[in-house]
Amino acid sequence: MLHEMSLNINGETYPVVVKSHDTLVRVLREQLGLTGTKVGCGNGECGACTVLFDGAPVNSCMVLAVEAQGHRIETVEGLSQGGDLHPLQKAFVEHNAVQCGFCTSGMLMSAKALLERNSHPTEQEVREALVGNLCRCTGYIRIVDAVLDVAEAGS
Amino acid sequence: MKEQTSNPVGKSVPRVDAFEKVTGAAKYVDDMAFGPTLLYGKIVHSPVAHALIKKIDASKALALPGVKAVVTGQDSPTLLGLYLKDRYIYAYDRVRYVGESVAGVVAISEEIAEQAAKLVEVEYELLPPVFDPYEGAKPDAPLLHPDLGKYEVVNFIFPEPGTNVSEHFRLRKGRVSDAGVSDEVWAQCATIVEDQYTLPQIQHAPIETHIAVAQWNPDGQVTLWAASQSPFAQRDLLAQSLGIPHGNMRVISPYIGGGFGGKAGISIEANVVLMAKAVPGHPVKVRMTREEEFVATNVRQSLVAKYKIGCDKDGNLLAMDLAYYFGGGAYNDYGVNIARAAGYSCTGPYDVPNVKGDSYCVYTNHPIGSAMRGFGMPEIHWGLEQIMDRLAEAIGMDAADFKRQNCVRQGDTILTGMTMPNVDLPQCIDKVKEAIGWGRVSKPSAPHKRRGKGLAIMWKAPAMPPNPGSSAIVRFNEDATLNVYVSGQEIGQGAFTVAAQMAAEALGIPYEWVRVSANPVDTKYSPYEWQTVASRLTWSMGNAVKAAAEHARGQILDIVAKYWGEDPADLDIKNGVVISYKSEREQSLKKMVVYGLPNENFEGWQGGPIVGSGKFMPTYVTGLDPNTGQGARAVVHYTVGAQAVDLEVDTDTGQIEVLKIASAYDVGKAINPDLVMTQIEGGAVHGLSSAFEGMFFDAQGRLRNPSFVDYKLATSLDAPREIHGDIVETPLEDGPWGARGVGEHVMVQTAPAIANALYNALGVRFNHLPLSAEKVYLATHEGEELTCKA
Repeated sequence: MLHEMSLNINGETYPVVVKSHDTLVRVLREQLGLTGTKVGCGNGECGACTVLFDGAPVNSCMVLAVEAQGHRIETVEGLSQGGDLHPLQKAFVEHNAVQCGFCTSGMLMSAKALLERNSHPTEQEVREALVGNLCRCTGYIRIVDAVLDVAEAGS
Repeated sequence: MKEQTSNPVGKSVPRVDAFEKVTGAAKYVDDMAFGPTLLYGKIVHSPVAHALIKKIDASKALALPGVKAVVTGQDSPTLLGLYLKDRYIYAYDRVRYVGESVAGVVAISEEIAEQAAKLVEVEYELLPPVFDPYEGAKPDAPLLHPDLGKYEVVNFIFPEPGTNVSEHFRLRKGRVSDAGVSDEVWAQCATIVEDQYTLPQIQHAPIETHIAVAQWNPDGQVTLWAASQSPFAQRDLLAQSLGIPHGNMRVISPYIGGGFGGKAGISIEANVVLMAKAVPGHPVKVRMTREEEFVATNVRQSLVAKYKIGCDKDGNLLAMDLAYYFGGGAYNDYGVNIARAAGYSCTGPYDVPNVKGDSYCVYTNHPIGSAMRGFGMPEIHWGLEQIMDRLAEAIGMDAADFKRQNCVRQGDTILTGMTMPNVDLPQCIDKVKEAIGWGRVSKPSAPHKRRGKGLAIMWKAPAMPPNPGSSAIVRFNEDATLNVYVSGQEIGQGAFTVAAQMAAEALGIPYEWVRVSANPVDTKYSPYEWQTVASRLTWSMGNAVKAAAEHARGQILDIVAKYWGEDPADLDIKNGVVISYKSEREQSLKKMVVYGLPNENFEGWQGGPIVGSGKFMPTYVTGLDPNTGQGARAVVHYTVGAQAVDLEVDTDTGQIEVLKIASAYDVGKAINPDLVMTQIEGGAVHGLSSAFEGMFFDAQGRLRNPSFVDYKLATSLDAPREIHGDIVETPLEDGPWGARGVGEHVMVQTAPAIANALYNALGVRFNHLPLSAEKVYLATHEGEELTCKA
């Protein structure tokens, strides 16, 4: 069955026609060309496809596109504003928290959600917030440090 | 341009790829657009571990609306392989593991392809399987490859036809024979440890699964887009196996979402090319699901290792008798060289007078064992580095002192007869001892917990053919910015960044002026690179980049020298300006690197667009005697290092918390020290994770844990709170600025370091990975009543 609807992504409204079983990540990537969000497992186990759903981190491979109607979706493409990197993006660059880059978008989105609900997390809280985002390259240390740096700078 | 970094080699300049990656702009294969003619492929996998194929019936699949083609091994039985051509692209007469490609379905959507794949009917006649490499190597084991003697093989690999042994490497040094080390030598030993250690297969688990898109045009032009560490090797293998002229076979590879060796050599790519051949003109995309990634792509080999090692009363190692049985899985086209690498480095980083080593790659009915970060070294060090601790303990010596006393040093004649190149392993040991607080005992955080420290050392040489080549091109733009063309892949290690640093340094221009034009690598336009493997890029590709930059520099100096009427030897390029030490004149590179310079009185011009090219290939590696493994130069060089671990183990749950890992590696020269640190940190956590990972199969050879729920990778909560790194810099003779590789070494000895710390904490030895909480718990509660008391 096809559904004609609109999605609110990074503050923009996108009219789309989706199938009932289309996942949100599929529509983001294959219909709208928002390929910054990655697919690592398709089963909600790796976190590469993390986007924000009304501010909360979700695995967009586990959300149907039709469920997203009427909700605020944020992806990595919406992080930088007016050509300036988001403080988290800046911190990831400065800390060399990026290697292959495939988990990076999901990490950034989980971190953004954390800082929005808790602007001064402890190291343990940062680690807990990122536990659903697997990274095989970095060993996580730089990522955690980058998030803590942004939290401190915002205090 | 805001910042100008002169002489960037040795400086921690920012990564060239970071901006693209944090904004989501970086393109990986699945992010590329292929237009409306794109079709989707699905591989039909064998559900059985070992069987003859009696019949394949694709009629039901072909009848499904939307299905465009089904390809099988019967269509064109084609053998494929890097070192040993032992694998049909699609199974021909038999299957050898659960997950093997039996057929490929092409359809207008991924869903239809998946549905059609289930409709392909295959009739199998089951054969007895082999799962254990030690048992599989016996002469009476069921034979997996009856045609082993007929396969094409490179001249340094020695299969044993009529058995399941695809490679047997023999190392004989000192007073040894094929029967073993001389009894007289054993009689001199004050203590001998003889034991067996094992490791299961593990998965690379890159977050991006394997993906490939292929298009076979009616005019014979074939293009493959692949997440690949080896675009040129894949082009060569596909061209050879499919009879395509190399010039018609094009491989394009953009950023890769993690490789770790799993995307080296060739995996699903040939299957996709054959699918595309069946639907001329259409691109066909195949992306592996996470489950397929686990069972149907490459994995790390398993190992059954038998050690007998002795030392004298003063702690001097006297003899090693080693037998390594690598579980190579169903096809060993790449894996044979892992067993060979483990053979010529079988002693680990130790100077031992008498060595008998036998390293076997053995076919089993499990997934294909192939290259993985460390290439045989994590496997053999797992047992070696624990036995060293046991020997030290037996003669009453500190384990770190024992290792320091016996470790290889520059100038030693090592096991293969080669002279040990310049490295400083004792310094690495000293650094990690200091960083971990060696010898000091920390208090556990609770009464039911125990603390322990452990240390392990390692060596590893790049394992590759004797002559893998690199090449590079540099090209100036009008404003004197420079494009560097390489085909080393940016798989996260920072290859592009160090290439830019080296080009800037060798040319005398600021780092910020350099752009790396290697994304994607395109075999049609990019210079040749063998493969992004073996920690070889900084060294080999680096030498090519340096040569290309020097070539360009020479051209510039010649033009300016002529313009000024001076000797090029008096000129230099500093910060993008040609200067003369003699006349103190200056000439900006801007414009002149494209337009050249006018002659006096405008009487013509000279120069022109500056393009530099460079290459590098090691020319000095020699063959080894097939009976003894002896030869003048077995490998290009070794990188060495030490690691120490501080951990706490919970005796109530068996859970291990690694609190700190300290590492030190001799990298020759850190081109970008912070990027070296990111390898040290990421590798330590990869190594830690590997100690707890394992692929578990049922009795029929089916993988029981093909997901991240059942196959756990280290998460942000498992990573140690502290990872300390020390960089040792003993320059490598033929390394650019002295640099040697470090990408793989950083995880080689983490698992045995953890095991040694665990022994320190509990007094219990673990010979078999993974170090599951259950195993640790049971070992610490041996003999207790363990039934549930609730």
